[in-house]
Amino acid sequence: MKILIPIKRVNDYNVKVRPNQANTDVDLSNVKMAMNPFCEIAVEEAIKLKEAGKADEIVVVTIGDDKHQEQLRTALALGADRALLVKTDKTLQPLDVAKTLAKVYEKESADLVIMGKVGIDGDHNQTGQMFAALTNLPQATFASEVEVNGNHVQVTREIDGGLETLSAEMPAVITTDLRLNEPRYASLPNIMKAKRKPLEELSLDELNVNVENKVTTLKVESPPERQEGVKVENVEQLVDKLKNEAKVI
Amino acid sequence: MKTLVIAEHNGENLSAATLSVIDAAKKLGRDIDLLVASNSSSNVLEEAKVVEGVSTILDFSHEKFENEIAEDIAACVVSVKDSYDFFLASSSTSGKNNLPRAAALLDIQQISEVTEILDDKTFKKPIYAGSCIATVQSTQEKNALTIRTTSFEKTGTSGGSASVETKDVPDSNSRKSDFVKNELTVSDRPELTAADIVVSGGRGMQNGENFALLEAVATKLNAAVGASRAAVDSGFVPNDYQVGQTGKSVAPNLYIAVGISGAIQHLAGMKDSKTIVAINKDEEAPIFKVADYGLVADLFEALPDLESKL
Repeated sequence: MKILIPIKRVNDYNVKVRPNQANTDVDLSNVKMAMNPFCEIAVEEAIKLKEAGKADEIVVVTIGDDKHQEQLRTALALGADRALLVKTDKTLQPLDVAKTLAKVYEKESADLVIMGKVGIDGDHNQTGQMFAALTNLPQATFASEVEVNGNHVQVTREIDGGLETLSAEMPAVITTDLRLNEPRYASLPNIMKAKRKPLEELSLDELNVNVENKVTTLKVESPPERQEGVKVENVEQLVDKLKNEAKVI
Repeated sequence: MKTLVIAEHNGENLSAATLSVIDAAKKLGRDIDLLVASNSSSNVLEEAKVVEGVSTILDFSHEKFENEIAEDIAACVVSVKDSYDFFLASSSTSGKNNLPRAAALLDIQQISEVTEILDDKTFKKPIYAGSCIATVQSTQEKNALTIRTTSFEKTGTSGGSASVETKDVPDSNSRKSDFVKNELTVSDRPELTAADIVVSGGRGMQNGENFALLEAVATKLNAAVGASRAAVDSGFVPNDYQVGQTGKSVAPNLYIAVGISGAIQHLAGMKDSKTIVAINKDEEAPIFKVADYGLVADLFEALPDLESKL
């Protein structure tokens, strides 16, 4: 079984990102970048399936400039077998990302495509579902448990009311939620080994993708600040304020 | 052209989220139709008919809609696409699952988590866990939006008189996925995203058993119980309790954060609450920066005390 893992390079999740001076975009200069946390979970799940003897090959793919090689090398160090970089200086929106990945899938094929449910930068939560639509594959989003049985995969999904379990015939698309697993760290020997693993470059032209980016960002601003309130001395005072000042209880 | 809202329901009742999406849809100034895919024995249609602001209900009735599969819902949307230039769903797990699939089939770049509709091409939405607010403009003729329900009111549940149009249900012959089972959290409490008051616990709760202290306060207030990601990650409570960037967004009248430090990921999900209370023994905790009332105290003393005084 072959697993394709699309990953995304984003800001480190500990960094608070701010608008730039002109309020035209976010300011990412000097911001530490990393693999999107949900993508790390996708990579981990693939490695676990390989360790369990269910998968033979793990291919990671990302779209972006040369700097994106860092995140691909990270995935290789964690245990992916080879990497693909669709090279472009453009920043693609989810529909264009999904179209690009659909072309990569056409070329590579895979039994499972596992990706993060959302990028912590744009907060879109779209790409996996869109990719599944364009490739006409079944989708199991927000996965907290994945079990491969023969040519089916059973996925437990985190939904608002609790959990839902779906069974999908492979090839299938899975997007990861937080509790699916705890990603490992790459060991130093594996980081060294990853440097020799294959990393192939592709272009949007050769994949025949026309980037449209149909939504334009006009302005990026900080949200309105909440006024810091008051400290109360004790529970009694708190209850009094809630009753008589805020009038919420 | 009209606006199509995809209804969410539990087989019996229309969800509160859908009422907020309809309120958002009104701001687009078009007739609003409501797509209801449900089991034919369901009561949802009756409820939907009288919701304020809806012109026509598109009734997709079939037993397969007992459980919702994204492939099926997307197929319903595509089957009626020509009459609409807006496709709306809430940013619940249901809307997030269904709408992007439909949008891709319609070649639409969806706009997620819309918090404000400025005009019919221009929208505001949070990015980077709510650290920034982006104003975005679509160049598309047709648009798909998921709506951050806490940013809108709820349309009225009575007084409407929508007509019902029975629709042919697209077949599922090519569908490769099947529903297996649900394990839904059963609770007498109000639903987290619809509650007037939410009491949430964080890592400071130390374990799942201690959540009983929170529950006791919540019972007194008829509040929903939530949690930070740290509490969920530590296994104290199930994931559907999670409030924050990767969980649910809530905006109740009163949010009480207990033993929660106030990481940006958590603030993203609750900082639109009307009144915020923070109880934490660390007076430097960032949660106090957004709290209207802060109490620096040991939660194991403060919670029983609070319960007794309510």
